[in-house]
Amino acid sequence: MAGGGGTGGGVSASTYAGLRYWLLLPSWLVLGFIVLAPVGVMLIYSFLTKEFRGGVIWEFTLDAYDQFFFDRGLFGDEPPKIEWTYILIFWRSIWQAGAATLLALVIGFPTAYFIATRPERVRPIWVFLITIPYWVNLLIRTVSMKFLLRDQGPLNDFLIWTGLIDTPIHVINTDVAVQIGLFYSYLPFMVLPIYAAVERYDFALSEAAADLYATKWVALRRVLLPSVRPGVIAGCILVYVPSLGAFLAPDLLGGAKNFMIGSLIEEQFKGNAGNWPFGAAASMILLTMVMIILLLFARQQARAEREG
Amino acid sequence: MKNWITTTATALAIALGASVASAEEELVVYHWFEYIPQELLDKFTAETGIKVTMDTYDSNEAMLASLKAGGMGTYDVAVPGDYMVKIMTNEGMLDTIAEGELKNKGNIMEQWLDVPFDPGRKHSIPYQWGSTSFMVNRDVYKGDINTLAILFDPPAELSGKINMLDSQGEVMLLASLYLGIPQCSTDRAQLKALNDMLLKAKQHWASFNSDTAKEVLVSGDVAVGMIWNGFGAKAREEGANVEYAYPREGFNVWMDNVVLLKDAPHRANALKFMDFLLEPENMAAVTNYARYAAGVKGVEPYLDPVLATMPEQNPPEGAKGVFIEVCDEAVQKVYDQIWTNVKK
Repeated sequence: MAGGGGTGGGVSASTYAGLRYWLLLPSWLVLGFIVLAPVGVMLIYSFLTKEFRGGVIWEFTLDAYDQFFFDRGLFGDEPPKIEWTYILIFWRSIWQAGAATLLALVIGFPTAYFIATRPERVRPIWVFLITIPYWVNLLIRTVSMKFLLRDQGPLNDFLIWTGLIDTPIHVINTDVAVQIGLFYSYLPFMVLPIYAAVERYDFALSEAAADLYATKWVALRRVLLPSVRPGVIAGCILVYVPSLGAFLAPDLLGGAKNFMIGSLIEEQFKGNAGNWPFGAAASMILLTMVMIILLLFARQQARAEREG
Repeated sequence: MKNWITTTATALAIALGASVASAEEELVVYHWFEYIPQELLDKFTAETGIKVTMDTYDSNEAMLASLKAGGMGTYDVAVPGDYMVKIMTNEGMLDTIAEGELKNKGNIMEQWLDVPFDPGRKHSIPYQWGSTSFMVNRDVYKGDINTLAILFDPPAELSGKINMLDSQGEVMLLASLYLGIPQCSTDRAQLKALNDMLLKAKQHWASFNSDTAKEVLVSGDVAVGMIWNGFGAKAREEGANVEYAYPREGFNVWMDNVVLLKDAPHRANALKFMDFLLEPENMAAVTNYARYAAGVKGVEPYLDPVLATMPEQNPPEGAKGVFIEVCDEAVQKVYDQIWTNVKK
């Protein structure tokens, strides 16, 4: 690195050595302001008292977390039992996001592989084509998906026309519709990192494997996959994490009948319930969960690297 | 150096002047979706030179939440429903319109002048009024539809084909009417019954959605849709074979109102906008577009003649329309809990 900058005009990294921390200041400010500050506000709000009809009163309380974990009945005066409602909502989100990620992986991996194995000249065109639908706003794309999936929609019309089915498959307003929506919303986040990994992969290794009598499946599993693993993991995280907190897909495609974490939180801030501390607490619990998942990933990754 | 100063000063003056001028000629409206024709806004701009910026919402509660989360001081006017005007007044979110500030105040119909949610119209003017009930697709169901059982205990052929408005106030009112219990009841047994009934009814519902309430009826995604009468009229006019129900148990009647928000950045323009809307010709344009009813005198000559005989506008004799009441905090807390139970 140090030598690379020198070719321009005699400026090298050492020129700025004394200023290093000052030069980092802007990025720390930006990080602090756009990442830490909002999370800090949420953390504080989650410990405040709910104001009637939205807003907070500046009095410390654990009510929001209490509401999350304990069920005190419809009128709030029964002895506390464990509250399953929100645990169930979290579980549903984990499962829905997982299904969407799996779907994205199954479709995204071959797609990325296909693009990476095209001649170098045309690869950018394929990548470009993948991103085109994503120039359109997420809301519009989710609504379009609703049109496609509906009982009298093009998808069912087509399947009936081909004779594969005779009555429409009912997908809209079900969990499957939510999974399809999430998968579709975040597919490029799966394709692009895997593509970047496969593109760097040296296909001579696969040929070597074949020369050593590895079947295609074994070569894929033992040679290609371990080499592109970081790309696959990055793709999975990039699809999984936003899916976990999504609210457009469950609202529009799932019929807003079964909360996911994102819709639960949204409802607290802009919906009918208007309970900001509870929304903040749910956000903090979600954040903690995502952090644990990422830490587990990172630990496993580190272990794999030590062993490999 | 001197040259530099002059240039900067000129630039500053221009920038300041421009910002002052644009502040003079702006109006920021917070409004329901699909509730005012663009041509009418253009007409207002053409007449007054005031540029209108509009954001939209899909429920009274969403509007309140967004204003409380920092929208005050951004918007000049909003269009809350009757009960929400009362809530916003209690929250101190509305500015007072002094006597004589609105030159067209006399155009307001007598019965909408001294309303319980804003006695003497100190903060608001009528926008449109209408009802909330539901529509049924007559190709799917031919039986009696004038009962709330269609929503809460539907016949087998309608189960799973019902869209509800994502609106706590209206759903709770219709549910209370169905059970025959008073609004904002403090009776525990009644609240418990309300909770249990809604949880059972939910099994029959396909979705909760307000902004696509019309569209799912037109497309045939659902056979029953809880809907506002004017929005429902549009669904019928767009070709769906749907009929608006007037349930015997009662239905919701409401009035939306243009309110002057506290800390409105363009207060004078907001008043001009209110006066503009109180002109019969302009309010009639809203009615023709939204298919509800105006609260302004003299709109008749400008109205689409179809409106006079439109079934969604003409309830049968003896139909029982009920306004939403504002519950106190203790009851509202239980309502919120029930709503969460229903929507989880």
